Parts: sequence; C-alpha cells; structure tokens
Amino acid sequence: MQLKPGSRLKSQVCDTQVVVVKAPKDDVDLRCGGAPMVDAAVTPDPSVSRDADRSAGSLLGKRYADEELAIELLCSKGGAGSLTIGDTGLGVKGAKALPSSD
Amino acid sequence: MNLMMLLDMAAEAEPDRLALGRRADGLTYGRLKDLAGRAAAWLADQGDNVIYGDVSTPTLPVLLFGSSWAGKPFVPVNFRLAVDRLEALIATQTPAVLVGPQSAQQAISAHSTSSAAKAIAGTVSSDADWSFDDEDVAIVLHTSGTSGAPKPVILRQRHLVGYVLGSVDFLAADPSEATLVSVPPYHIAGMAAILTAVFGGRRLVQLPVFEPTDWIAAVREESITHAMVVPTMLARIIDALIAEGDSSAGLPTLRLLSYGGGRMPIPVIEQAMQLLPHVDFVNAYGLTETSSSVSVLGPDDHRLAVSSDDPAVRARLGSVGRPLPIIELTIRDLDGREVPQGEQGEVWVRGDQVSGEYGSRSSLDSAGWFATKDAGYLDPDGYLFLAGRIDDVIVRGGENLSPGEIEDVLINHPSIKEAAVVGIADVEWGEVPACAVVFEAGESVDTVDVQAWVASHLRSARVPAVVHPMDELPYNDTGKLLRRELKPILQGLHRP
Repeated sequence: MQLKPGSRLKSQVCDTQVVVVKAPKDDVDLRCGGAPMVDAAVTPDPSVSRDADRSAGSLLGKRYADEELAIELLCSKGGAGSLTIGDTGLGVKGAKALPSSD
Repeated sequence: MNLMMLLDMAAEAEPDRLALGRRADGLTYGRLKDLAGRAAAWLADQGDNVIYGDVSTPTLPVLLFGSSWAGKPFVPVNFRLAVDRLEALIATQTPAVLVGPQSAQQAISAHSTSSAAKAIAGTVSSDADWSFDDEDVAIVLHTSGTSGAPKPVILRQRHLVGYVLGSVDFLAADPSEATLVSVPPYHIAGMAAILTAVFGGRRLVQLPVFEPTDWIAAVREESITHAMVVPTMLARIIDALIAEGDSSAGLPTLRLLSYGGGRMPIPVIEQAMQLLPHVDFVNAYGLTETSSSVSVLGPDDHRLAVSSDDPAVRARLGSVGRPLPIIELTIRDLDGREVPQGEQGEVWVRGDQVSGEYGSRSSLDSAGWFATKDAGYLDPDGYLFLAGRIDDVIVRGGENLSPGEIEDVLINHPSIKEAAVVGIADVEWGEVPACAVVFEAGESVDTVDVQAWVASHLRSARVPAVVHPMDELPYNDTGKLLRRELKPILQGLHRP
C-alpha cells in the first residue's frame, strides 16, 4: 500500500494502531501480526487471523522504523501483533537521550 | 498528525497520571483530554482563530489542545498589549474568539478565562475526530520584534508534532517528575513546554507571573525537578537564593534547569553552576520559527567546560551546543554560500520542525533551508557559538565585532551588573562599539576605567567609544534586550 505521513492505520488482528511519521515513495507491504494493516476507518476482514510467529507485540509510544526503506511509524495503540514489512520486522527506533530543553 | 494525538496517547496509556497543576488538585491526562474535547465542542461555532490573551492558567493547555481538536489555529498573544495593538492584531486573525481579561471589538466573542473555563466544563465533549492533516495551522506566534515590527509565525501540525516526536521519548518521565513553566504563553518555549511535558509524561506546573521568590517557592512546594528560564530570570533567581544567606533551603529537588531565549552571560551561568552543583544545566538555542530548540549544550558539556584546562573546551560554556539529531545546520556568508569551518556567518537550519513561515509567506529557500538572521560560527567539534543578530554585529573598519564578547568582559568587572553593547556610526571606522552599563548598587566607574578594563582583556578595536551609565537596561517582557532603543541614545553621546 502507499503510505502518507499523518495517516492512521490499524491492525486487522489485534489492537495495534500506528500513525505514519515518514512514508517511503514506493508501495510497501505493511503488516501487523502477519496480516496487512488497513486504514483506521476500514472494517477489518474477519477471516484473517494473527500469525503466531508475528506476535511479539507492538508497544504504545514506540517508533518503528527502517532507515533503508525510509519508513517510520509511531505506535499510537499497542497490540499483540508485530509490525513487519512483508516478512521483515521493523525495529524500534532508539531513545534519543536528549536533555530536556523546554 | 495533530497535537491531540500526543495528548490522546498519554491519556490512553496513563489516564490517571497527573498532567497539570499541583499535586493536591491537579488534572490527570484523562481529565485533560476530556476537557480538550469539551473545549473543541465549545469552540466549534466561535470563529476561525482562538486568541488567548492571558497569563498561564490551567485553561491554557485545555484551549491549546481543544483548538487543535477543533482544527483552529491557537494564537497566544501578549497579555500586556495595549488595547489598540490588541485590536490591530485580532483584526488580522478575524473571525476570532478572544479568551482573557481584555475585551476587543474586533473579536466576534470575548470571554474572561474563568468564564471560558466554566463554559468548557459545562459543554458536552466533541464526538468529531480531529483532523490528521499535517498542513493544518496549529499555533500562530508573533516574533518578539526586537529589531522591527512583530511578525506572525505560522507553526503547522507537522512542525510541532515533528519537534516533539524528534526530541522527546513518549512517557519517558518518572511520575514523580514535574516541570515548572514560567515563560509566558506567547513565547515559543511556553508552548513547547506544554507539548513536550504532555508527551513525555512530566507533570506541568505553571507560574503565571515570574518573580524570583515565587519561582523558588514553587520549586520547593511542588518538588519541581525540571524548569526552563530565560537568562534574565536565572540571574534574578541566583540573586534571590544568595539573598537567603546561609539559612537557604536551596533547591534540592531540582535536577535540570534549561535556559535559552537570549544570550546567557558567562559569569551568570558560572555562578549558577557553583551555587547549584547538583543541577544539570542545559543551554538551548531556538527560534519561534523553528518550533523551539535546534541546538543544545548538555549537562556534561557544562561540567567539562568549567573543569577543563583546555581553552577550547572551557570556551564551550559560551556556546549553544550542537544541533539536535533532527536538525541540519550550516553557516553561510551573505551570498548564501557555506563558509569554511570556524568562520563567522549566518546560521541556517533545516528540519521537520522548521517553519520559517510568516503570515502567508514562506521564507525557506527552495531546498527548505531557513536563514535565522543569527550570526555565529562552529568550532572544530561542531559546537555552535552565536555572535548576536546579524543586524547587531558591529563592523568596525571591516572587522566584525560581536557585542556579546564585549558584554561578557564588561559584566566581569566587579562594579558592573549589566552591560549592553551596540554599534554606532563613526566617521573614521564606519562603526564603533558603544556600551550602556548598569553599576552594582552604590558603585560607579569612570569611563576611562571601563575602557581600560576592556582594553586589558580584548584587542583595542573592541574598546567602547562611549560608556553610558543607566539605572536599568531596556528589556522586553521576555527578557530580550532592546538594542534598537539604546542605539540613538549612545549615538547622541558620540562625537565622531
């Protein structure tokens, strides 16, 4: 699917929701729990189920990214499924460890 | 993206954590989100812009988030504005609702902050979703206008959310942490403080009007761990702590104190570090146009600088640190070409948080770079040193002099409390430095002795041609020195 910064997507197989922070130019096969993610407003397909091998979970507030693909997602709701592009897992973007400046 | 997303996530994860106010009666994240939804519904039929003209109140963050929820720009304005200036400003934002102690004919409706708070609490929460359009205008702030008329700076959802996501980790604060905001709402640091505290999960305590003794009392009463101040505030806090004498209770809960929004005199930060050795100091440099900080000098940099024998490392106490990882920063000459490392020029920045948009006009170049109008240079390790606004740099016989460098030397004189240096026209040199000084109580120094003091520390080109004693220097409400007011006074005293 073609992602757009600011758009919201949800998992079809768990509670996970993400907001797109950075979107690649090309289409990507973004999945959660093994099933394709869908627009937050779309009703999930009830026939898909969560892949047990893609169930490490997603965590609220973490940013999931792949630098090579130029994709970054912010997890706005955690869930049981793991975020992947195709079969490749997305890594958690490391803490910035910046001192508070405001 | 939308600012509401930041609050919504915090409210989802930690609905019962205190978000705002005192430990005894503060608002939780859940309640803050609830009130933002009520504010969104209340604002729905009240004009296009939300103007807030009061000091910091609990209604401020409610209206800020509520405005984003309702898709309306939030416009905090100086509560000390004269009525005619307020009317003129609202006229550019109409149709607008005004919340604050003043009323204005240009506003389609005006409410005191307390009546707005009551009306919001009594409104049924919005059941509409907030917009996720990155281009929506979130906040409009007016530049401080030290060198000209104030300009409205447009900060879109993508700038502010980009800044928060890039500089704060979600709920990284311990629930015991609390941040004290004492800069006014119409200052970018006042807005950024709300956003970063909410996303970081740090309780926000507001000090409506800054007075050093009130600030110290608030830190003690509310066990404040973090705070941001402008340099003039820090100097006054230090004086007030010293005045407490040996019986001072100190500031034992304070862990981090960041400062910015103006040039910090080195003697002041050195004294602060000595007095508060347990506190981490952070120097932050940013502009309204960049959604707050673009570079920071961290606690370790501060400690290394004061303890180092290496002059280059010691000098870093006067630097604003290194650019944030999400910011690109270069130094360019007047033609826009990058200068060799170490040379002074204009600071340019690029990044998600950089707006550079005034009214309906973007000042970014075609590649997205913003010229800050600040002069500066980078040292070999990438630390940024600022030399004042481009317009304030003094060009004496082709040599660039930085007012700040001369001011630091003046302030180090035991009898000089404050100093301001500006360039004035001179027949021989084109421009020469001149200074206004405020002496310590009951003391004074002759002009020739002030000049001799500067000459003993700096090259002779930097010796002020005029030394003018004043009772106080002209500052604006947020502690920025108004050099343009000094120039004609000092020029009048110069016989070229």
